[in-house]
Amino acid sequence: MTASLPGPENTDVIQGTLDLLILRTLRPAPLHGYGIARRIEQISRGVFKVNPGSLLTALKRMERRGWLDSDWRQTEKSRRARYYRLTAAGARQLAAETEDWRRRANAMGRLLSAEA
Amino acid sequence: MSFWRQVTHGFRSLLHREAADRDIRDEVRQFLDDAAADMMARGASPEDAARAVRREFGSADAAREQLRSSGWEHAVCTVVADLRFGARLLRRSPGFTTVAVLTLGLGIGSATAIFSVVSPVLFDPLSYPDASRVVSITDRSPDGAPAAVTFGTYREVLERSRSFTGLAVFKPWQPAATGEGEPERLDGQRVSAGYFRVLGVEPMLGRGFDDADDRPGGPVVVMLSYGLWRRHLGGDSAIVGRTVSLDGEPYRVVGVMPRGFENVPPYPAQVWSLLQYDPSLPGFEAREWGHHLNMVGRVSGGVDPEQAGVEISRIAANPISERARPTWASMKQGLSLLPLKEAVTAAAGPALRVLLGAVVLLLLIVCVNVTNLILARSARRRGELTLRAVLGAARPRLVGQLLTEGLLLAGLGAALGMAVARVGIDALVALSPPGLPRLETVTLQGGAFAFALGITTLLGVVVGLAPVFGATRRDLHAGVLETSRRSSTGNVVTRRVLVMAQVGLAFVLMAGAGLVLRSVVRLSAVQPGFDPSHMVVMQVQTSPQRFADDEDFHRFLARSLDEVRQLPGVTAAALTSQLPLSGDFDVYGVTLEHEARSNAAHAALRYAVSPGYLETMGIPLVRGRLLGEAGAGGAAPTVVVSEALAESAFPGRDPIGQRIHVGRTDLPPYTIVGVVGNVKQTSLATGPAEAVYLRTEDWYAADRAVWVVVRSPGDAAALVPSIKRAIWAVDGDQPIVRIATMDEVVSRSEGGRRFALIILEAFAALALVLAGIGLYGVVSGSVTDRLHEIGIRAALGASRGEILGMVIRQGMSLTAAGMAIGIVAAVMLSSTVATLLFGVTRLDPVTYLSVAFVLVATSVLACWIPAARAAGVDPASTLRAE
Repeated sequence: MTASLPGPENTDVIQGTLDLLILRTLRPAPLHGYGIARRIEQISRGVFKVNPGSLLTALKRMERRGWLDSDWRQTEKSRRARYYRLTAAGARQLAAETEDWRRRANAMGRLLSAEA
Repeated sequence: MSFWRQVTHGFRSLLHREAADRDIRDEVRQFLDDAAADMMARGASPEDAARAVRREFGSADAAREQLRSSGWEHAVCTVVADLRFGARLLRRSPGFTTVAVLTLGLGIGSATAIFSVVSPVLFDPLSYPDASRVVSITDRSPDGAPAAVTFGTYREVLERSRSFTGLAVFKPWQPAATGEGEPERLDGQRVSAGYFRVLGVEPMLGRGFDDADDRPGGPVVVMLSYGLWRRHLGGDSAIVGRTVSLDGEPYRVVGVMPRGFENVPPYPAQVWSLLQYDPSLPGFEAREWGHHLNMVGRVSGGVDPEQAGVEISRIAANPISERARPTWASMKQGLSLLPLKEAVTAAAGPALRVLLGAVVLLLLIVCVNVTNLILARSARRRGELTLRAVLGAARPRLVGQLLTEGLLLAGLGAALGMAVARVGIDALVALSPPGLPRLETVTLQGGAFAFALGITTLLGVVVGLAPVFGATRRDLHAGVLETSRRSSTGNVVTRRVLVMAQVGLAFVLMAGAGLVLRSVVRLSAVQPGFDPSHMVVMQVQTSPQRFADDEDFHRFLARSLDEVRQLPGVTAAALTSQLPLSGDFDVYGVTLEHEARSNAAHAALRYAVSPGYLETMGIPLVRGRLLGEAGAGGAAPTVVVSEALAESAFPGRDPIGQRIHVGRTDLPPYTIVGVVGNVKQTSLATGPAEAVYLRTEDWYAADRAVWVVVRSPGDAAALVPSIKRAIWAVDGDQPIVRIATMDEVVSRSEGGRRFALIILEAFAALALVLAGIGLYGVVSGSVTDRLHEIGIRAALGASRGEILGMVIRQGMSLTAAGMAIGIVAAVMLSSTVATLLFGVTRLDPVTYLSVAFVLVATSVLACWIPAARAAGVDPASTLRAE
């Protein structure tokens, strides 16, 4: 579940955060696999990059957990693609994980600034 | 909900593997296509875009594989694939598979079966509260063997001892449940009132026996077992106080014992009534001084059972003047006290322990054999496994596959083992010797099965996995180069040691089986003193209340016997109160006329018979004449004695015409008219031969259980229905039981030995076959390894015979070493079978030599096949292969 980008900005997707990134990406609207990867890359300004193996495995796992639903649809270029969307359980999970992440990030920030 | 999704999604992709695969392929392709399209939209050429996608996102295959191996269904697929692969491998080596599965199945099955039968007898405690305090007390006969106690002895111990909270005596009682349908004999006991208190079990209904009722002429009362109460009386909870009809007499029910109450084994009982002997102990000729009671006691808390034993020994050794003892109950040999559990298993114990030992040996052999087989197999597979490791199979994957294979083998072995265990338990119960307690509770012991299966599986798996872990320490390259057939040297040494162990263990089992076999052969050569062929016997257990007096009873017997004699196919028929080798044991004191009463120095088996019994049985007349028909009223009663009694009572004198008392001395003595041959009564092996035969009418009390013995020139067993009909035509209310041919009675009397023998023989044969297979495997493997060397030898001029000899010598050296170990072990372990032996010593050289011969012959055979292959090696082709 790690993804990397060659080069100096190379940043691993922190273990366990890929789920949060996917949930957050899908909140506004359903997307297909590449769309999700692309959005994560764009929003993170290229910091996070995911490979299809990890991404699709994560999607499959999250779907089985009931956070996502999927169906095959036509893309805007009228090709078939599998679109994923957030379920109610997924939305709750997103809220919980977001809250959790904020708490950690704040704590981390305070620790780091205290040390500075 | 989420779990449910996991399951359903998993199953969906398992059931629609292809659709799921296509889904994965489509999605990955679409992802990568999208990525490439994106690149091209930003101005890249199609070639550059494809390269960039590959560089950034890796190959489509890798992504697919990653996606496919997520989810639990993937693990299932792997296991299924491994199972398929394993099954294919096992099918491809049917020899290995057959031998391994048979070994496992027979080993696991027989161990489970034996343990299931032995464990309730040897290991399970008796089901009484504080059962270790319940003891059995026996008198000792002049030769020191345990003997039944007299009521007089019981009363003396009861009065003088301080170590017990209670003592009780009992004797078997087999009343007939009369009233409706065919009369049914019940198993029961006459007990002293404290019997259930000694065992510590309260009745479920009612209050049990009242001490005050346990006296001559006391109320006629009965306790019922739970089973009888449910079956015959419909579980009527108002039964207490009502009456049931036994032997045609009304018995008042005083209680019902709880479900699962175990009577003192091995005696089964459905009804109990009071003994009602006279505690004031009338004359010595009364039944109160007969040796026919079993005594049990409960040792007080705070007293060690051993101390209680010391106390009763002291009582036995110190008679007191207030308590006179007859010579036959003088307790000169002391009393013996054993925990009831030990006393109960004393009879069956030795045979069962031998079997348990044998099954342990067998299981050991099975373990050795499985180890050996798997070592041989993994030696052949080292090349394959190394190659797969080199080709990138991960270690866990290889371990998983070997595990699956091992478990597959274990599963097949377990299935066969379960079948063998079930059949084996039934066979053991059917074959079991009479008097083996708790047979009805024998069930398959899951624990034993799990243990046998577990230990063999664990061993197989550990040994089977060795090559995988071994492989890392070796150079993979060397492993691949190693031909897949050749085995490594360390492995070969281990296998040789294992084969030696196998031969040694087989020797021990075969020696045990051989010793018991020789004993049984010796025993069957023992003459019982009568001719058991073409005879059928049965016991009529009469209900005394049906007869007005003894004469009426004797008329019934005479009429029945007449009816039976009239039957076509009957050449002779007679009646007797006790039957040789049937388990009956009825002994009375014999006093010579004019001797003082207390000098009854002789004891003899007493047979109350119809005239013609000795002729029917084929007991030879030695001197004088046989018993005639009843003489005129008032004629002196006559008796025929056995040679043994004639010699011991009248040494150097002619016994004919001498007069003796049997039992009571206050009645007219019997005149000896003849001497007949000795008969084995208790066992072919040992037992007293002093006997008196007197006519039924000449005995002062009528014997209620009478054997009918019938001789026929043809198949005597076929006469049974007509004999029963003939007796029932005289009186239809008399239960007829214990029907058997005399041959069956004789062979059953040695049931314990035969039982042990059949099982030991089966195990010894199995051990021999396994040892042979093991030897064959090792020698054959070594020939394969040395084909090249053998070829060169042949090329250098070694003859066929020399090569044959070389290979066989190699195999025989293993057998010789194994046998050396086996002989030492067999001698050390031979004391365990000592109790089963008759007429052979435990170091019987004939047995040991025969076993050695059979083992050597089997080994030569096992070595011959690979040796012949070696001798057939073509030197030219070997050299060319170089």
